[in-house]
Amino acid sequence: MAEKTTTEAPAAAPTEKPPVPQAALPKNGAEKPKTDTQTYPVGIAGVKIEEEERKVPATEAPPLPINEKLAVIGKPTPRVDGRAKVTGAAKYSADINLPGMLFAKLITSTVPHAIIKSIDTSAAEKHPAFRAIHMLDRDRSAAQTEEEKKDNWPRVRYVGQPLGAVCAPTQAHADDIARLVKITYEQKPFVVDPDKAKEPNAPIIFQGNAEQAGTAGGGGGPKDVKQNGNVRGPVAKGEADKAEIAFNSADVTVELDFRTQVQTHCALETHGLVADWKPDMLTVWASTQGTSSVRDELAAVFNLKKSQVRVITEYMGGGFGAKFGAGNYGVLATHLSKKANAPVRLMLDRREEHLCVGNRPSSIQKLKIGAKKDGTLVAMRLQSYGTAGVGTGAGASGPTQNLYTCPAIYTEDSDVFTNAGPSSAFRAPGHPQGAFSLEQGIDSLAEKLKMDPLALRDKIDDSEARREERRIGAERIGWKDRKPAGSDAGPIKRGIGVAQAIWYRIMNRDSHCDVRITQDGSVEFLSGVQDIGTGIRTALAQIVAETLGLKPTDITVKIGDTNYPQGPNSGGSVTTNSISPVARNAAWAAREQFLGQVAPALGVSADELEMADGRVFPKNNPNQSLTFKQAAKKMKVEQVAARGDRSDDYESKKGPRGKGAGGLGGVQFCQVAVDTSTGHIKVEKVVAVHDCGRPINPMGVKSQVNGGVIQGISYALFENRILDRNTGVMVNTNLEQYKIAGSREMPEIDAQLIEQYWGKSSTDAAGIGEPATVATAACVANAVYNAIGVRITQIPMTPAVVLEALASKQKASA
Amino acid sequence: MDAQLTINGKPTNISSDAKRPLLDVLREDLHLTGTKYGCGESACGACTVLVDGSPMFSCQTKLAEVDGKSITTIEGIAHGDQLHPVQQAFCDQAAYQCGYCTPGMILSTIALLEKTPNPTRDDIIKGMNPHLCRCCTYPRIVAAVEQAAKSAKAVSP
Repeated sequence: MAEKTTTEAPAAAPTEKPPVPQAALPKNGAEKPKTDTQTYPVGIAGVKIEEEERKVPATEAPPLPINEKLAVIGKPTPRVDGRAKVTGAAKYSADINLPGMLFAKLITSTVPHAIIKSIDTSAAEKHPAFRAIHMLDRDRSAAQTEEEKKDNWPRVRYVGQPLGAVCAPTQAHADDIARLVKITYEQKPFVVDPDKAKEPNAPIIFQGNAEQAGTAGGGGGPKDVKQNGNVRGPVAKGEADKAEIAFNSADVTVELDFRTQVQTHCALETHGLVADWKPDMLTVWASTQGTSSVRDELAAVFNLKKSQVRVITEYMGGGFGAKFGAGNYGVLATHLSKKANAPVRLMLDRREEHLCVGNRPSSIQKLKIGAKKDGTLVAMRLQSYGTAGVGTGAGASGPTQNLYTCPAIYTEDSDVFTNAGPSSAFRAPGHPQGAFSLEQGIDSLAEKLKMDPLALRDKIDDSEARREERRIGAERIGWKDRKPAGSDAGPIKRGIGVAQAIWYRIMNRDSHCDVRITQDGSVEFLSGVQDIGTGIRTALAQIVAETLGLKPTDITVKIGDTNYPQGPNSGGSVTTNSISPVARNAAWAAREQFLGQVAPALGVSADELEMADGRVFPKNNPNQSLTFKQAAKKMKVEQVAARGDRSDDYESKKGPRGKGAGGLGGVQFCQVAVDTSTGHIKVEKVVAVHDCGRPINPMGVKSQVNGGVIQGISYALFENRILDRNTGVMVNTNLEQYKIAGSREMPEIDAQLIEQYWGKSSTDAAGIGEPATVATAACVANAVYNAIGVRITQIPMTPAVVLEALASKQKASA
Repeated sequence: MDAQLTINGKPTNISSDAKRPLLDVLREDLHLTGTKYGCGESACGACTVLVDGSPMFSCQTKLAEVDGKSITTIEGIAHGDQLHPVQQAFCDQAAYQCGYCTPGMILSTIALLEKTPNPTRDDIIKGMNPHLCRCCTYPRIVAAVEQAAKSAKAVSP
């Protein structure tokens, strides 16, 4: 078995006291919330934990001790929804089948750049199975100019762009009818290659400044950016002059160019939804990372109150950043449902999925790093161009800006428009690209300085978490036995590399829930938050169970429905940080009410009661206990319920300790074998050491790390959207020629977690989806360099790329 | 055509186009939605069902091809509340994240262990390779197949 499932919690950390019960909660939030002073563990378990005071709202649940002292939180916990997933009972959007439901098919563009002259729907409408058609007035996922907002039809800017949709009683009929819609185009010159698109005489894709709406795919780049031809930018950060002057004081500089490809999300479940328009209520079963984001967009488009739109996401088959908002398909399905007066299911096929619902932008990066002899950084400069197709937001400067301490950092990010599908958020937007350049730059700098890459990072990285992660990882990969670059003799050369990840610790205060306890002993958690596969459903069950002294399987978690209190979107490693404290607060408030109800039956006051091991008992007399179920029967009312809300993060007097110390991150090590006769790279082993605050479910967190690593390997070695530059057509719109990692490409993965406590919320937990994939491609590249002594600066690192790099090195040395 | 199928042990008559994919028949006509669409061209494994015990990609299997045959879907392998040992192994190992690929993975595992009761790690990796998991939960999937192989040995004489 590749994966290590041991060592969930690092060694003991002392000094935690049991939680102190709080004063009664205020009745409503109208008055200024009262605050309490509480003491929280702060630091890294096994390294150093201190107690720090925080002033927190009185509505907050009391502090939790570190995981070692807890019964449920921090313990590896199988998914509470496992049974539904292994029996086929779990209902995904495409599994919704309503009486009278119709099937829809997109009508998409067949040319890369055109103005629509006419649309003839007569043949389609004559088809006996035709029920309704709707044509879009614009591409809701792409950037657009002010001027074109007046147009009746969308400007066509890439092959496969959604223009409309039809519906019919069967999918086969809908597919046939969609083909009967005749669109006449006035074709325009086009360009799909970002190098060509940058040139002054390139065909212009947007006549005028173009912006991508924030609802489109959960992102879009910064607004109001200057645009010159197809180049939108640069968006600059830092002072260029200051960096130039600082480079003069460097003892050593490295300058490297990098290229990364466009990657498509390839969630196994495609985008889509079922829309059921009724005069008083629109109900939508959507495959989404944000039930409320779909609700908000549909309410806005159809001029409905948010209360008239219900979005349900019971299960969803992966999103990776691409599934926010209603999208073109959602708006189309809703229009069709309204017109046909029937529920409509519109699920994309695999080809459409590759083309029109997002991707990770490419990048062309120039990096320069200057340092003193001892490794101290003096200046860094990154200039990045990338194409987000007809979208925006191809920046890659995040890691260079945030990871290392350096007095002069200057970065420029520019988008290059091309006639290709718009990008959307994709697992740590910009960061795998940015880490690919920066972490190879640091590796290269270490070599020039004749420093160990880990020693260099110890010098320039302020993060205490990553310091510990480097220590753990180095030991587990066998760093001390690492050989000089290219020193293996045979045709198969092995190497070891390291790279680091940084990501933001993001919180969404629009995170609410209810926790209910009913007389029959049932406990429910309700929130609009959705489980996109990460396992938040299980983590929430654990938090409620911990607070009530129950087991996770005792809690019924009802999520993914806007009829419940609003939950946060799931993206950017936001979910756990946002909703887990809410669950803890609500469960605590429900517990207080529950104990108030049952205390008389036990002849004590509520604050003398404890809940643990499925029992309720007086603290000073544990033998006089009731089971939770028995106690619930003693409630005087049928049900108690409490609402949980997200407070601001608790303020700390000390604040983050240096650059790069406040976010989430990780350090990855890997061992590769490079066959220098075939150019084939095999990633043999990865040690991935990560932090996400307090891990709630190490089993789920490690699955996220495994997934981030393997997806990162897939990005580094295989994935590539290939556009035919003569036709603008993507030639690999499938899962065969668009190669993604399978079980054969899986390395041995040793996922390790550290427990970091900040004293920022009632759980101190955060997500890990993004940081887990940031470092991988860079890590593989650094290991390849260590194996063969040639730096590969472009991905995917296919056999051809490796052989070419080896050949050019040979030529240079000949 | 009128096709006679045995679906999860139950004789079932289907009157439909002979060229229709089995996937559509299962999902739309019989509401057996545990079998998933992933790619439509036998490249991802999400639509895998067992046809006379062998894994088949139902997206590329025409109704006419399975006339008279016995089909097992994910809905047909548990005995009431008692999960199949492979299902139990996937639960115990949390061998999924979003779970969309899981039904296909489980059915292929059943076929793999039928054919190779004592699989090596390489047998498992090779056997599961036709199945894509975009959440990349492969380490736990391999662990689940290993557990299932062991538990099958424990119950068989």
